[in-house]
Amino acid sequence: MAANNVRHAFFSALITLIISYPILGLNLEAQGISVTLTGADTSTVIAIFIAVIVVFVFQLFRERLMDRVRELPFLSARAHKEPMAENKRAKIESWVITGIVVLALFWPFFVSRGAVDLATLVLIYIMLALGLNVVVGLAGLLDLGYVAFYAVGAYTFALLAQYADFSFWMALPVGACLAALFGLVLGFPVLRLRGDYLAIVTLGFGEIIRILLNNWTTLTGGPNGIGGIPDPTLFGMEFGRRVKGEGNTSFHDTFGIAYSGEHKVIFLYLIALVLAVFTAMVIRRFMRMPVGRAWEALREDEIAARSLGLSRTAVKLSAFTIGAFFAGFSGTVFASKQGFISPESFVFLESAIVLAIVVLGGMGSQIGVILAAIAVTILPELAREFSEYRMLIFGAAMVLMMVWRPQGLMPMRRIHIELNRQE
Amino acid sequence: MLVLENVHTHYGKIEALHGVSVEVNQGEIVSLIGANGAGKTTLLMTVCGSPQASSGSVFLEGRDITHAPTASIMRSGIAIVPEGRRVFSGLTVEENLHMGGFFNSKAEIRKSQDHVYELFPRLKEREQQRAGTMSGGEQQMLAIGRALMSKPRMIILDEPSLGLAPIVIQQIFEIIGQLREEGITVFLVEQNAHQALSLADRGYVLETGRIRLHDTGANLLANPDVRNAYLGG
Repeated sequence: MAANNVRHAFFSALITLIISYPILGLNLEAQGISVTLTGADTSTVIAIFIAVIVVFVFQLFRERLMDRVRELPFLSARAHKEPMAENKRAKIESWVITGIVVLALFWPFFVSRGAVDLATLVLIYIMLALGLNVVVGLAGLLDLGYVAFYAVGAYTFALLAQYADFSFWMALPVGACLAALFGLVLGFPVLRLRGDYLAIVTLGFGEIIRILLNNWTTLTGGPNGIGGIPDPTLFGMEFGRRVKGEGNTSFHDTFGIAYSGEHKVIFLYLIALVLAVFTAMVIRRFMRMPVGRAWEALREDEIAARSLGLSRTAVKLSAFTIGAFFAGFSGTVFASKQGFISPESFVFLESAIVLAIVVLGGMGSQIGVILAAIAVTILPELAREFSEYRMLIFGAAMVLMMVWRPQGLMPMRRIHIELNRQE
Repeated sequence: MLVLENVHTHYGKIEALHGVSVEVNQGEIVSLIGANGAGKTTLLMTVCGSPQASSGSVFLEGRDITHAPTASIMRSGIAIVPEGRRVFSGLTVEENLHMGGFFNSKAEIRKSQDHVYELFPRLKEREQQRAGTMSGGEQQMLAIGRALMSKPRMIILDEPSLGLAPIVIQQIFEIIGQLREEGITVFLVEQNAHQALSLADRGYVLETGRIRLHDTGANLLANPDVRNAYLGG
């Protein structure tokens, strides 16, 4: 046992050394046209060795340490706590959620413009993740090309605005429906696939859309993207300094207040908030409807679900279509927020991040997914001061998550369907 | 009730059923016995339309269902208890039952649910428990109960005794007998030949994709070939 521990600790330390030394301990310096490799200064090297020793010691005494941690009073108290009664808990939950939404409505008026901007991005990711949650978390279909539907929504708005003068509000349903249509079209060929095979096909589909956008230069402008996407308007009122659209008035003139660039940012945030709440509510509704139960049944056991007369085609396609619909939704908001989109924004990494949000949040759980979306979007921003290490910190946080809570931040509590027995 | 006429079924190029004809009449219990790999499950799956028969025809209550999609077959008064139970392990017992009555109205679901709890009082006790945490016998009861939720006129059972203790098997077979009294036609596929044949009105013996023998349950039990091959002499 002890020997095993030492060996394990030794290897852990060695791996730490192998990973960290080339990254931190070696510097590439350009001298003229040639590049030379120089060692870092002594303090860095000492830091690396301290890290290696810490890893070694920790791994050596890990079990004893973890036992101590488990015995800490506040941790063990939580483990033995009785769960709250179901209905009481639901009541508290709904109050808390209402409170948070109301708070979120007023919050942007008191914080900086940058914070509101970031919050808008968080809300866009929440919408995306809630949509993907239907496909991956509920229906159990691993979709790695989800960003394609996001791109469809964004490009629909951008193109319609450029060629047909569509406003945000007209493009929003069109973008979402077109994305849903793409979801349906992709759904057909992948019906027979599951697991890894499905993941690969969806991954390919995501890339096809991106490459198409990149190369169809005459329509989409290729890598140059599309700019000048209009901001959303409020009943015909624009938020720019000068009115662009015919027959529109400007917001600050109508209300007789001084122009401020912040109005637009806050307005966008509020739109995103309303749409995110709408998304969450609609999907929650779906989860309680028969179709939601059918998704879960299909995820749990496909053969059993089919033996009960559920149509595999209908159930899978509905999940794909609804997931894609909300991706199109958030894509439209994203295009409006950025004012400029290019294929760069719809790379595979985006799909991976949204998937990470769903997995981190706990597959199928809406609150978990929302929390994870907030964490995953804000964490890299908070860690910005660490500049090049922020992705490292992000990765470490993810690994720790998977070690401590493999089921996600808030694993799905199944919504209980009860029939009213007295009627 | 259910008629298979000269059914051939292929998996790709491999032929699993070589012209099988089986008939199950209204109100009967019919058993199909056979060794591993004889094609018992294939036969059932062909009835359900997955895979579909490559030639021959399947009739359910006079309607040709040979090329009907699985989902529509499963909604037309027939229910199957798949091999290996296949309950939804993450859902509670009650929710599993509700999945069984997916296409019925709430009032109907409530009625069939009460009926299932009458047949299996054990399930009532476990109503809020997750199906995956129950014993094999209880899961088999749940699988049968779930199939009954759609109020089928005919129920197909694929090896209901698989991996269960003798006493539980006894209970399950008693329930199957009870189903016949309620007027439900039963098509039973079993390896447990003795139990299956003593209960059945008629029986078929399937061997490498062909029907070898067809007789009443009692006659098959007495048949020396069957005794040798399936009942251990």
